[in-house]
Amino acid sequence: MTAQGGRDIVAEARGLVKRFGAFEAVRGVDFTIARGESFGFLGPNGAGKTSTMRMVSAVSQPSAGSLSIFGLDPRVHGPEIRGRIGVVPQDDSLELELSVRLNIEMYGRYFDLPRRVLRERTDELLDFARLTERADSKVDDLSGGMKRRLTIARALVNRPEMLILDEPTTGLDPQARHLLWERLYRLKREGVTLIITTHYMDEAEQLCDRLVVMDNGTIVAEGAPRELIEHHSSREVLELRFGTDAHAAMHDVLAPHAERVEVLPDRVLLYVEDGDDALRTVHAAGITPLSALVRRSSLEDVFLRLTGRTLVD
Amino acid sequence: MTAIEPRLGWARWRRSWWYHAVFYAQTWRGSVASSVLFPVFYLASLGVGVGHLVARHHGLVEGQTYLHYIAPSLLATTTFQLGESESLWPVLASVKWIRVYHAAAATPLEPHDILYGKLSWVVTRSLAIGVVYSAIIAAFGGVQSWWGLTLPLIGALITLAFAAPLTAYAAWVESDASFVMIYRFAFVPMFLFSATFYPISAYPGYLRPIVQLVPLYHGVALVRAAAFGQGSLLAQLAHVAVLGTLALAGIAWGRVTLRRRLVD
Repeated sequence: MTAQGGRDIVAEARGLVKRFGAFEAVRGVDFTIARGESFGFLGPNGAGKTSTMRMVSAVSQPSAGSLSIFGLDPRVHGPEIRGRIGVVPQDDSLELELSVRLNIEMYGRYFDLPRRVLRERTDELLDFARLTERADSKVDDLSGGMKRRLTIARALVNRPEMLILDEPTTGLDPQARHLLWERLYRLKREGVTLIITTHYMDEAEQLCDRLVVMDNGTIVAEGAPRELIEHHSSREVLELRFGTDAHAAMHDVLAPHAERVEVLPDRVLLYVEDGDDALRTVHAAGITPLSALVRRSSLEDVFLRLTGRTLVD
Repeated sequence: MTAIEPRLGWARWRRSWWYHAVFYAQTWRGSVASSVLFPVFYLASLGVGVGHLVARHHGLVEGQTYLHYIAPSLLATTTFQLGESESLWPVLASVKWIRVYHAAAATPLEPHDILYGKLSWVVTRSLAIGVVYSAIIAAFGGVQSWWGLTLPLIGALITLAFAAPLTAYAAWVESDASFVMIYRFAFVPMFLFSATFYPISAYPGYLRPIVQLVPLYHGVALVRAAAFGQGSLLAQLAHVAVLGTLALAGIAWGRVTLRRRLVD
């Protein structure tokens, strides 16, 4: 269970494959996740993230390759592994007709927790999820953000060593997202290993110590968010908008002004060291965009660079 | 941060049974009054009311008053209805719409634990209904043999014979489109024509083998035999075999469809 650097490894995959009939959803991926780490799977819908997560959750069986969770083989020790992890699925899959409190308590029964332990733990978790005042409300009456926090609280009922979150903030408003992130930081500080899939680059940058970028069932890059950005993109990005249909024609015109130019349907991206500087040279060359925006490079740019596509269509 | 997973090997499915029991404890109110009142109304209306006509125009039915004759079949139809009503929409909802079975599959439970927990819970309810109904049927004079003590067990077997294959089926289909058809063209005719309200001898000879193909017929025949202490033991074992085969085949099929649905 211990890797070369003395680090405790909680999950390790080598050549991991998942097939559904003739379709290969995950096509031979390798990754290693250390205890206490927050590890992300970033990629667009259909990249194979959820299939990978379901294998790491010891729910779905690998079609080929090796996978070890807590040093155990999920093909053999599924129940034992699942007893030590928590899973937050994309759809909350809560009991809508029952109260918030009962949703946690009843889920705890699946882990065979004694009733007394369950009572105490449910109170703690309600507090953690900031749902104490809604403890007796029917789940159906909760907001999307509350339901998601309840799903996280439910996943923590067995005090998991590793929490797996599939698209944790999809569909939430900004305020609900930030509250959720803050709760996840707290778990991370407590030493819980977090595994997160997301197609939001800002979420990945905020939450993940290290991540892999997935596309089409394979891993196309791996590293810390900043490392990936430094390695695969320039420091800044100049975003220019021109009139409709004019973008494709701008590539060659703008190429001399940047390290690299990406043409998207609604804008042109110039990868540069200094965005303001680049904008000045563009203006000096007599090019007049309708609008211009300078920003730092993000994981979105890394993804675009590696796959030629944007994360969110 | 140590996880508690103390008794891994021992009957994980009982946790799923508990889950269903707690869930039911939250939602049962209202269903109890009707499960006592319904059989009383049913026996009073059909048994006493229609029975009066039967007595006047026909006399006894296979040596029983009409009330006594139909009383045991009420247990068969009720336990059948429990089995089907707990197994189509509730199961499809649990695997596809609210997906609570997926949430359960992320815990130490295996798909077959979820299946056994669910079925054992439905059987538990069937036993409870069986005890109450047997008492009511006995109060109306419909139980005339010590074999009547087996009525709740027979009811449980009937429930399982329907709940198991229908659970498997509901975990297999992609939508509930077929469910209404099954109700209309399988359940309703089965309820009406399984020799529920009159003996199978009321059918012309060429129809009787067809009625004998209907699973519920075997349930009705069994409860009647137990309530009256009549019929050969061999014939009753054959009825048990039919229902038992349905139950076991349903469980085997359910293991496959739930696994495919939850794990693959």
